[in-house]
Amino acid sequence: MTTKAQSRIADSAVSSKARFRLSPLTVISLALVALWLIVAAFPFFWTFWGSFKVQSDFFSKVDWQNAIYGVNTIKETGSAFTLAGYYGAWVDEAFWRNVINSGIVVFFTVIISLTIGTLGGYALARSGRRYAFWLLMAALAFRAMPHITLVSGYMLPFFEWNIWGILPTTIIVLVAINQPFTLWMLHSFFLNIPKDMDESAMVDGCTRFQAFRHVIIPVMWPGVITTGLFSFLLAYNDFAVTAMLLSSENETIIPAINSFLGTTQVEGKVMYAVAAVVSATAPLFVLILFFQRQIVSGLTAGAVKG
Amino acid sequence: MLSKRLAAASLVSGLMCSSAFAADCGPEGQSIRILASDFPAIRAVVDQARANCAESAAEFSVNHTTEARQMMNAALTPNPAEYSSVILANSTLTQLMNDGLVRPLNDLVEKYEDNIPEHLRITIDGDVMAVAFMANSQHLFSRQDILQQAGVDSIPATYEEVLAAAEKIRSAGVMEHPLVMNLQTGWSLAEAFNTIYLGHDGEFFESGSAEPSVSSEEGIATLQTMKALVEYAHPDHLTHASNETQGLWESGQAALGIMWGSRGAPILEEEGSAEAVASNTVLSAAPTVGGGSTPSATLWWDGISIAANVPDEDAEATFAALVSALTPEMVAENNDDAVWMIDGFEPGPAAAGVTATMQGGARPYPMIPQMALLHAALGSELTDFLKGNESAEKALADVENAYRTSAREAGFIN
Amino acid sequence: MKHRTFFWFILPTLSAMILFIALPIVSVAIQSLFVENEQVLVVSENCGPFGCTSTTKVDAEATAQLQEEQPLGQFNGLGTYLNRSHLAFAEVGEAWRGTDTLGEFWGQVSNLPFYRALFFTLTYTAVVTPVVIVLGLAIAVGVNNLPRLLKGPSIFISLLPFLVTPLVGALILFWMVDGDGVIGATIQSVFDDPTLSLKASTALTWTMLIVYGVWHTLPFSFITFYAGLQTVPEDTMEAAKIDGASKWQRMIHVVVPHLAPLMSFVTLMLLMDNFRVFEPIVSFKAEAHATSLSWIIYNDLRESGNPLYGSAGATSMLTIIGVVILLTPVLIRTWRDFNRKAH
Repeated sequence: MTTKAQSRIADSAVSSKARFRLSPLTVISLALVALWLIVAAFPFFWTFWGSFKVQSDFFSKVDWQNAIYGVNTIKETGSAFTLAGYYGAWVDEAFWRNVINSGIVVFFTVIISLTIGTLGGYALARSGRRYAFWLLMAALAFRAMPHITLVSGYMLPFFEWNIWGILPTTIIVLVAINQPFTLWMLHSFFLNIPKDMDESAMVDGCTRFQAFRHVIIPVMWPGVITTGLFSFLLAYNDFAVTAMLLSSENETIIPAINSFLGTTQVEGKVMYAVAAVVSATAPLFVLILFFQRQIVSGLTAGAVKG
Repeated sequence: MLSKRLAAASLVSGLMCSSAFAADCGPEGQSIRILASDFPAIRAVVDQARANCAESAAEFSVNHTTEARQMMNAALTPNPAEYSSVILANSTLTQLMNDGLVRPLNDLVEKYEDNIPEHLRITIDGDVMAVAFMANSQHLFSRQDILQQAGVDSIPATYEEVLAAAEKIRSAGVMEHPLVMNLQTGWSLAEAFNTIYLGHDGEFFESGSAEPSVSSEEGIATLQTMKALVEYAHPDHLTHASNETQGLWESGQAALGIMWGSRGAPILEEEGSAEAVASNTVLSAAPTVGGGSTPSATLWWDGISIAANVPDEDAEATFAALVSALTPEMVAENNDDAVWMIDGFEPGPAAAGVTATMQGGARPYPMIPQMALLHAALGSELTDFLKGNESAEKALADVENAYRTSAREAGFIN
Repeated sequence: MKHRTFFWFILPTLSAMILFIALPIVSVAIQSLFVENEQVLVVSENCGPFGCTSTTKVDAEATAQLQEEQPLGQFNGLGTYLNRSHLAFAEVGEAWRGTDTLGEFWGQVSNLPFYRALFFTLTYTAVVTPVVIVLGLAIAVGVNNLPRLLKGPSIFISLLPFLVTPLVGALILFWMVDGDGVIGATIQSVFDDPTLSLKASTALTWTMLIVYGVWHTLPFSFITFYAGLQTVPEDTMEAAKIDGASKWQRMIHVVVPHLAPLMSFVTLMLLMDNFRVFEPIVSFKAEAHATSLSWIIYNDLRESGNPLYGSAGATSMLTIIGVVILLTPVLIRTWRDFNRKAH
């Protein structure tokens, strides 16, 4: 299965190289790609460059070119680049604490999401009964519920039960509200794994769970990793849930960045937020580079039949 | 930050040794848990309280968050509540009192009255519900150099003079859009309406009831004033809140501004400003309007409240700790962070505007239970008028309809 | 699969969803049928640093007693759904009777908060969804045809708009599109109009929000389609090539049909997310010109002091119904697929 897919990818790569000729269509398509890459990258590189400036340059009302040349940065710090934003965020504001909190939240959210989502997705893919379809539909309707309504509804009971502000509560909430998406994705991945595999194992005397464990788990990784990446991004970038459900010592990076902006912005602190955003993107880079292959192959396997 | 905290701590330990001045922290071994929004003046008070009393308390925790207003009611509802104190302002005290979540402080105030002069006590029907420590309000910012350049000799004192000055600046070709105001659709826009409406001596509700009364002569006059003002404001004014107006001001692109007093100190600092801006900025009282004598502003205070649903000992320890921070020493150390209402405050140029507005007899932001609903209705329904799509009468009728809908839902009117 | 086994497999995920989503939805739905008890107001004397005034306050005791008698509040049936902040049947009916032309009628209806928000929400969904699908596919094909060495970095850059948290990403973009910002100033010089402001006119604000929406969600459709392209059967492509099909024809007749199931997945997710558009409106401070259903909920919960749970609940339920209506065509397709697979 996997090898077949890989050889296909290799085939297509080879033949796309062979086909590489400059027809008008190719030119248009290349131009489109180039344009897109510029549009996609520009704001980020602008931010990256600006994170080494002072606020009055990066958020300049006088002349946007200040953000490039750093006129005020030179005036205030003596050099065109300053690490003040990074220093402020990481040293003064102890941003690393938020990074650790985020690490904990993201790790457990992904693990729990995948564990229960895999079991559920497998069951939905194999059941074939009407109620399985209706469960999937219900999951979609659940996903349609605006998160802000859900979160404001959680507040009072969480305070009553004295479980507000701690990491486990947030983790469970993040798992639960992202479960519909996880379930849908994993369900379509499992549809892609031929039924005969686990059914023949069951004919050989395995229970359903044994078949799942010994036959399905070894081949499910591309799908699980892709879904895991989406769970990761959702938990990592979440603001609505984390801002309302965590106390300040348990804050994750996104609400921390928001608190750099503050109830009222203080001169210079906005740059902490910019620097923190650039820093927060770094682990994502590494992650994407690392899992690039899996994202692509994983997504394909599932969603095509979805 | 750390050095400041150390200094405060050493100051306190110094005081402790001379025992006579040791901070009175109330009962020992209690739990002090504070919810507060996130800006420097509040941090100053809370940090001082921590330095004074963290040692004698079993727990001292603070949550500075931008979401304080959104979570305070839920956080104080259970018994025991998540926080023993909320640092709040006019409107948020109302929000908590509507649900009966803060306690009267009469006995505590009596017991710890040293740092609490009469004028700091927020008293409702004889019950002290909060202790204020700082004030804020909108007022006028002017660029002296540009006014002179355009031939305006004195700082405008009324909105009519503001408009005349703006016209002179425009016709002298100095600036096309000399005026900045916080007019972002939503809370800021409604607040701008409130200030001018109070300047016109308008009343928000029929006395003693929750029936709105903004659809009045004063309301229409207010909208006409606003319409005249936005002619001179930046075309993006409906997206401008404090951060944007301050940015415009500091880059020297405005000559007249209605901004918050709390923006005075950063604007008067040279850092981040274009040349000649800081040194030529003058802060003065909020303008009056339409021949009235009330400055067009709403006065705000920030202060201490204590949760209703906590044990009395926790409440007392929390109150004692926070009140122990309201000293001239704390003020001296953070003089420019706010317009303090505590003894020892030396009003610098940054406080001139708020002080003048207070002395001019501006009215406080109304502490009326249903005010937030009217504020929200104003914020969303006035935009159409300012965009020129609607008459003033229609806009105010829309405001009242929107308010009535939500007030009915909240149980204020039937 | 046996019912029993199915039950044990689905139990953990189902209980999480029931506990944290289904039950809250039920409670929100119930809450939306009630309005709060009467707040008993009493006149009070209010003193502080700025002098004394006579105002009103809520009589906590009397109100608490009412609350005890009716913990849920006063039953209002569908009243909240039909009031001016929501479906506003009475106001719409009046507008219908009181106006002569369709334009006038629309003018009055679009003055109502719910319909104004719905109009933007639908426009946004209707523009962003197809644009993101078409552009995503075009770029995926383009990247797929790149030399191998360039593919990795291109995928990586394409994902950037998806990675930066919208909280700060939009803040920075908000400054960039300002008249004095890099994008705003560039647009001004391109159109040679120094007064052009993206934030001051309704049409330009909508355009800006839509462009941002496309920019922000394009990576999702791109990466999904790119993955799909890797599985286009080579033999079919070759056969089509031998039959003399041009590149364009192969694209339309082979690639697009192959990706059809994938497209319904992407459409499903995009429709749902776009219908709940919210973040860009707040980040770009576009409330003056554009509001959405989710923004109304946000406004009810956050801007009204003590939150209007009933009103927010009603808008949430209407959002769910709206999503279900929008998704119906895709859902019917899924139903057919499901039956085909099951039998």
